[in-house]
Amino acid sequence: MILKRVGFKMQAMKHKDFIIKLSMILGTVWFIWFANGHFDEYTVRILNNIAIFVILAVSYNLINGVTGQFSLEPNGFVAIGAYVTALLLISPDAKSYQYAIADPYPFVMTLQSNFVVALLLSGFLAALLALVLSFPVFRVRGDYLAIVTLGFGFIIKILAINHPEVTNGSLGLNDIPEFSNLYWTGGLAIVAVVVVLNIVNSKFGRAMKAVRDDEDAAIAMGVNTFKAKTLAFCTSAFFEGLGGGLLAALLTSISPDLFDFFFTFQLLIIIVLGGLGSTTGAIIGTVLVMGGSEWMRFLDEPMNLFGYETTAMPGMRMVVFSLVLIFIMLFAREGVMGKRELTDLFKSRKKGGK
Amino acid sequence: MFMQQMVNGFSLGSMYALIAIGYTMVYGVLRLINFAHGDIMMVGGFLGFFGMEVLGLPFVAAVLLAIVGAALLGMASDRVAYRPLREAPKISLLITAIGVSFFLENAFNVFFGGVPRAFPVPAYLEVMVEFFGLMMPMSAVIVPIMTAFLLSVILWILFKTKYGMAIRALAFDVSTVNLMGIDANRVITLVFGMGSALAAVGGIFWAVNYPSVEPMMGVLVGLKAFAAAVVGGIGSVGGAVLGGLIIGFTEVVVIAFFPELGGYKDAFAFIFLILILLFKPTGILGIDFEKSRF
Amino acid sequence: MILKINNVTKNFGGVSAIKETSFSVAPKEIFGLIGPNGAGKTTMFNIITGNYEPSSGEVVFRNETLNGLKPHRIVRKGIARTFQNIRLFSSMSVLDNVLIGFDFQARYGFMESILRFPRFIGEEKRIKARSMEILDYFGMSAYAHDKAVDLSYGQQRKVEIARALATNPELLLLDEPAAGMNPSETEELGELIKKARVDFDLTVLLIEHDMKFVNQLCDKVLVLDYGKTIFEGKPADAICDPEVIAAYLGDFHND
Repeated sequence: MILKRVGFKMQAMKHKDFIIKLSMILGTVWFIWFANGHFDEYTVRILNNIAIFVILAVSYNLINGVTGQFSLEPNGFVAIGAYVTALLLISPDAKSYQYAIADPYPFVMTLQSNFVVALLLSGFLAALLALVLSFPVFRVRGDYLAIVTLGFGFIIKILAINHPEVTNGSLGLNDIPEFSNLYWTGGLAIVAVVVVLNIVNSKFGRAMKAVRDDEDAAIAMGVNTFKAKTLAFCTSAFFEGLGGGLLAALLTSISPDLFDFFFTFQLLIIIVLGGLGSTTGAIIGTVLVMGGSEWMRFLDEPMNLFGYETTAMPGMRMVVFSLVLIFIMLFAREGVMGKRELTDLFKSRKKGGK
Repeated sequence: MFMQQMVNGFSLGSMYALIAIGYTMVYGVLRLINFAHGDIMMVGGFLGFFGMEVLGLPFVAAVLLAIVGAALLGMASDRVAYRPLREAPKISLLITAIGVSFFLENAFNVFFGGVPRAFPVPAYLEVMVEFFGLMMPMSAVIVPIMTAFLLSVILWILFKTKYGMAIRALAFDVSTVNLMGIDANRVITLVFGMGSALAAVGGIFWAVNYPSVEPMMGVLVGLKAFAAAVVGGIGSVGGAVLGGLIIGFTEVVVIAFFPELGGYKDAFAFIFLILILLFKPTGILGIDFEKSRF
Repeated sequence: MILKINNVTKNFGGVSAIKETSFSVAPKEIFGLIGPNGAGKTTMFNIITGNYEPSSGEVVFRNETLNGLKPHRIVRKGIARTFQNIRLFSSMSVLDNVLIGFDFQARYGFMESILRFPRFIGEEKRIKARSMEILDYFGMSAYAHDKAVDLSYGQQRKVEIARALATNPELLLLDEPAAGMNPSETEELGELIKKARVDFDLTVLLIEHDMKFVNQLCDKVLVLDYGKTIFEGKPADAICDPEVIAAYLGDFHND
């Protein structure tokens, strides 16, 4: 009898978890529907941005926070995704008149597909490149991932500028159909979060965390650490490519200097602020940074500081950002959530043997 | 024509080498990739510029100002941003380094503006001299010579002085050094100072060559210099020089013979890096000793 | 013989950490590797687990050579280890720590975990149940959801052994398991290891400094000094052997 009651209680707890998750998803879906109908264009634009950055942040968090491998890859993979999607979505007519530096290759003109395929291809191509990079980087011990990914971002920019027959060089690509709306960005954000959480709560996620906590001990327990790191890296790349595609279809216009180091730096601040290793934290961080960034725009304008007029200082915002990051690393390294998820906050009462 | 390119390559390689030495020494003692190191080079260039343009100093004095200023900045960055994190997980240190780097770039951007400022090259450096039948500016000759001189100074410090021995011991095992009664933190500060001083010289050379300074000038150079350090053998000063020369030469010579590859100039360092990681991760001069992590 | 060390030498640069050492461990034996500090015991462990490649010589496990195999592969062959300074995964719970040991035995793929297919749910349930069983054996099941590093030292040691046992090993390498424990904890641990040998069908190779513990536990010992074998035989005989005594006393004498 007692066993049955205990068993039922365990079932109820699992159900409680499930109900919490389901209601959060439904709540978000409702919010998307509501926002799309009722908010003004400016707010919708911000929400779209937030949604895309949530996708980027939770995946960036997978390699950096969960697996503990310091990487600076997002701007490179996002750029790839953006260009692939742009090339697949821009109509042949629009292509024919915008290549101003050099004539496009014939195959460029033939590239056409629908939104879903474009996004998937963006993701898979990014993931494939990540796989290629994994071999020189993860087979060796050492912290080369950061430098390699930093260089990778530069290389992508160089390639984009030096192949105007494909990318239209520094002029970038325009007239990308605006397919992205809150349903796409919000919906895919929900998908990304669920996928990442499912990975984290599986043997794959455990392996990644083990690599982060103590790589040698992980190896000693039979974990194939190369596989764990590669899996995390390629999954991150996939969603970053996907996010890039969504971004392209939102901005309708992309160019190489859109995907500079500051892009990656913003994501870094997001996941650090939210809590390195926490998916919930990444979401919170995105909202805080995107919101804060808008609010901090005033730093780049002339300001009235205690009655003293200052001139416009473009770049001041970035200075503040970098100081915020250093501050967090020195004094509040855990960020908002640390390594915990939202569900952990509910669980904390149920601790075992005291 | 070939000789001309050889000299240019040597010049460029020397600049990369000077900066690579700083990366490799800091990595050797701290296992930290000091992302801010390339920006120290930029600061050195700017301090030289500031010294000459604003303070009206003669060139040599401005160079000294740059060296001292950069060394102080490097040591300060360690003291303020890196030392508090000695016991923290590695990733925190790397993130902080990126933060410092970004801060330096943008702070200089805000205060000096993003537009490149012309560097006032002193006349005696622009004088054309004859060297093995070629005409080239004095600066192109001075750079390799100064680099060789500074390199010998560094090697002398590393191998003939007590502090140098401490640095080499630290690179091998931190805990042992502490047990020997040497203050590891002091040694690390010294390493930052030395590396930054060299980077400042590199920055001045760069400023003289181009001849301009701008806040982002350390970004790409820093990246390539680190790649050079890895290619040559991370942790080895000789390796840093070798790597720097290899990359410098490649950039100059390949572009000279294949000008159509001009846009890819910056990619060579990256390609070398990938190749070395694939085939000999410890680098050309790197030693393959299994450190006891267990 | 389940484990054979054939004439293994390990050099680090100019230093010979292990010099032409050979020994064999019989199945179900509890074998002790002892000797003064720096004798090469942990190095030997690292060679067996594949972290170091021997400079010469061979490691043979169940008639198969382990030379050249990657460490995580060697674990899957049936060799597990614990560490001298207890390396539990700091961000994870006790249960998750043990689960890691089972993970390479969990039969589901990447997509199955993302889509939460039945095979994923079933396998996770299975390995969680098995993990709880092992934790229960060590009396730690009540702590399953606590953060591993929040436990007391003795409890953490048990979790580490539980984690190693999760990998289903035939040979268990324990690196100074009694380090930092008081006499009663040490005795309890000794009894636990003896019991586990029977219940989990294990052969145990352990490094220890505590001679009482070694005496209580080991069927056979090997004494190393400066990388060379100076004694092989019963623990009681080792204590009386003049060379062994000299080696240990030498620690205090030669300065």
